[in-house]
Amino acid sequence: MSRATTLSASGIGVRLGGREILRDIAFTISPGELIAVAGPNGAGKSTLLRVLAGLTPPDAGSVRLGDMDVRTMDRRSLGRAIAYLPQDRTVHWPLKVRAVVALGRIPHGSGPQRGESDIDRAMIQAALKQTDTEALADRSIGELSGGERARVLIARALAQDAGILIADEPAAGLDPAHALALFETFVAIAAQGRAVIVALHDLSLALRYCPGAVLLKDGEVAASGHARDVLTEPMIARVYGITAKIAEVAGVPCVIPVSVRP
Amino acid sequence: MNAMRLAALLGCAALAAFLLSLFMGVDGFTVAGSPEARRMILLEVRLPRALLGFMVGGTLGLAGAVLQGYLRNPLAEPGILGISGGAALGAVIAIHSGLAQVVALALPLAGLTGAALATLALTVLAGRGTGSVTLILAGVAVSSLAAALTSLALNLAPNPFAASEMLYWLMGSLTDRSLTHVWLAAPLMAIGCLLLAATARDLDALSLGEAAAQNLGVDPTRLRWVVVSGTALAVGAATAVCGAISFVGLMVPHLLRPLTSGEPGQLLLPSFLGGAALVLLADVALRILSPMGDLRLGVLTALIGAPFFLWLVLSRRSELAP
Repeated sequence: MSRATTLSASGIGVRLGGREILRDIAFTISPGELIAVAGPNGAGKSTLLRVLAGLTPPDAGSVRLGDMDVRTMDRRSLGRAIAYLPQDRTVHWPLKVRAVVALGRIPHGSGPQRGESDIDRAMIQAALKQTDTEALADRSIGELSGGERARVLIARALAQDAGILIADEPAAGLDPAHALALFETFVAIAAQGRAVIVALHDLSLALRYCPGAVLLKDGEVAASGHARDVLTEPMIARVYGITAKIAEVAGVPCVIPVSVRP
Repeated sequence: MNAMRLAALLGCAALAAFLLSLFMGVDGFTVAGSPEARRMILLEVRLPRALLGFMVGGTLGLAGAVLQGYLRNPLAEPGILGISGGAALGAVIAIHSGLAQVVALALPLAGLTGAALATLALTVLAGRGTGSVTLILAGVAVSSLAAALTSLALNLAPNPFAASEMLYWLMGSLTDRSLTHVWLAAPLMAIGCLLLAATARDLDALSLGEAAAQNLGVDPTRLRWVVVSGTALAVGAATAVCGAISFVGLMVPHLLRPLTSGEPGQLLLPSFLGGAALVLLADVALRILSPMGDLRLGVLTALIGAPFFLWLVLSRRSELAP
């Protein structure tokens, strides 16, 4: 298993086409942490995740992995340290499910051209098992439903065996059983000493599974800290412009959007 | 099919086609004349033709497979970047200006110059971004301009003979090339093909889209540079020497993709060997179909290619329909 390192960003600013997407963002995640990134559409969640993964260079500020600036790291070692799961779930060729998951081993020097090591095979198998996609392994990705495809792509990111996992709305389109299983998986891999950053809209899942939370609004951090201190009724009202109630049902916290505030 | 077995099978096919091209003439396998004449026919007529067929076919198959993988578009083909259009324009200008009659090798050298200028224009137009759409648009712009200027040169041909010579050249052929042509083009094609072959793993990663590929270690700027320069060298040199041999780069990867595991990188070697076999066999077929040499190779490949796509559309219509 790759060892996680603290990932920290400070003073992050991003402009795209003259529009300010992110302004002066600070973010830190240490090994073992699981942090939810939430906020309304267009708040800058995806851009922040791309910056943290070292894919979009910020216009201001820097992202550091341990004591290294991610901009100076070579892409292969960055790919071994951070696995990034984009929101876009397109797979361009009719690959077999197992072959899609095996792509996650590319930063480790394996691939269809070089053959797979025993470690590669073990990681691919474990990732298929964790996402409940073993039975799909020999199917073509094009034949799967949207939710099944989402799980296969999550398996690809898990097979990458990075210390840090950054996932952009991984639960979108999953049925309740697989959404719960996915977050149980995130909790389990955080317990192994890895760091997990998840962007999501389901605040109930965030409250239930993520100890940490960052709430973005208009490209700025509106609140960050313990999820229970961040995802409160007044804060949700301020950031999303809705009246919401937080209730506990069978010991599980639930965020219920009640109405759009006038 | 197992990747090794497929490559071995296609390798045998390409080798057999090469030997067939070397030893089969319009009169079958016999070579008439004195031993000296036979040696000349084999070494100075058939050998360059077979070598060029192998290299040009392989180049077109490989470049087609790389461009389809890179642009994530099964309709991409080696001419999509406009580089072969530039090479064709260069050669047509050499005929138009009469340079081709005066200077030996003026045709291929002008073709290479055209390919280089087209690549320059492509690079400037596509800019510093890494998106595939801008590259395709830049390629369309360059190839349209090259096609327009080629039409202009044909339109203003000094005499009917020059016009027909230009047209024939544009149709693509392996005949009447010498070993000098081979030596001129081979190193460029070899370097280009090596660059293209080196993209295999990056193309695999790109199956998941640009962001995921970048996360898996792909440097998009570097990859674009390798794809464009590899195509420029390999396809530019192939077109400069043999003209435009259409459909090979589009058809071969399509035909072989279902026989591989599906990763674009797995398709590169089979497409090279398959392209070589196809062009060599088409060139051998020409000697039977048209012993006088008036049917052009590029016309024959297009005649094979068009029905192939008709079949492809009919067989895939149900899965492609929304």
